[in-house]
Amino acid sequence: MTNLIATSDICTYHEVEYTFISSLSEAGLVELRVVDQTTYILESELQKLEKMIRLHHELEINIAGIEAITHLLERIEQMQEEMRVLRNRVHQ
Amino acid sequence: MAFIDYYQTLGVPKNASEKDIKNAYRKLARKYHPDLNPNDAEANKKFQQLNEANEVLSDPEKRKKYDQYGENWQHGEEYAQYERQQQQRRQQEPFTGGHASSFEGFGGDDFSDFFQSMFGRSGSSGGGRQAKYRGQDYNAELQLTLKEVAETHKQTLTVNGKNIRITIPAGVENGQTIKITGHGGPGVSGGPAGDLFITFSIANDPRFKREGSDLYANVKLDLYAAVLGGEVTVDTLNGKVKIKVKPETQNGTKCKLKGKGMPVYKKENEFGDLYITYDIQIPVNLTEKQKKLFEEIAGEVRKSGSQ
Repeated sequence: MTNLIATSDICTYHEVEYTFISSLSEAGLVELRVVDQTTYILESELQKLEKMIRLHHELEINIAGIEAITHLLERIEQMQEEMRVLRNRVHQ
Repeated sequence: MAFIDYYQTLGVPKNASEKDIKNAYRKLARKYHPDLNPNDAEANKKFQQLNEANEVLSDPEKRKKYDQYGENWQHGEEYAQYERQQQQRRQQEPFTGGHASSFEGFGGDDFSDFFQSMFGRSGSSGGGRQAKYRGQDYNAELQLTLKEVAETHKQTLTVNGKNIRITIPAGVENGQTIKITGHGGPGVSGGPAGDLFITFSIANDPRFKREGSDLYANVKLDLYAAVLGGEVTVDTLNGKVKIKVKPETQNGTKCKLKGKGMPVYKKENEFGDLYITYDIQIPVNLTEKQKKLFEEIAGEVRKSGSQ
């Protein structure tokens, strides 16, 4: 079972507008769930969401920028994994 | 401890305005922010240095103090205070047990000794980075041997004073990271705890070369067994095995021992293969008689013209 966290809690804690989270959801970057008219996110998505909040707050990156960065980061992580495998093949 | 030139860190002149400093920090932060540089310790360190420089130069009072003492900071009144602090500052070792060699809380703002000597440990206002709802993730490295990885085993680690027993699945690879959910730092205001990430560092085994779940080894074969056929004893991960050698085996011939490789990660009872390559040993220090016998063979071969 996955825990759900109310988006209102996150908005209060991180001082972000709800529209910011809903825009991320519209862009397909986080998954929101609605239960009894309250919006929640999955606990497993929280880390991803907090990273996007940091990018927005600390680096002033807008939603479109966050979207582009997220895709590029996914590629970087894939490449790092590929590099790890290749390195293991070479350095033995 | 060395003097740190915060102006240089941010790449601004000493008379830079508040706005210049803010802009310089923003620009560099976009480059070195840990969220944009996954698994890059160098960028992470750089970001911490930027934060420290920004902490001092963006605060008029701290900046004034820094400018005042400048490079002669050690002679200031702070020096005595620094010494006292150093004594108090006995850092806890948060990660012990196992062969774990390092531990770091990701994203923690650990400012330099220089900073702490001038502004004290409480001088850091922390900034936004630490204000997280979810707890911090912890990273640790665990050193294992190839043999340890060949079997699923349990190991007890001490993380921040708490013992946790983890299962290390057979077949993990060098550099691979596993996540232990909920064993990171505690969350804030009811937020969930962070995770513990353990990266495995697997030492090379002199006998085998590993590629995924397959193992490769060179096996020495004497000339006579290669020519006439015979048996050879081969080291595997779980003991020695005897294998038959076909007559007239060529140097560099490869032979596959099915299922004698590493276990396949997270797949029970599935194993890779062990590939051995024969390295035929040419005899040395021959006796007169042995030499004669070889000459005889050579003569025979030339006569028949077969090789």
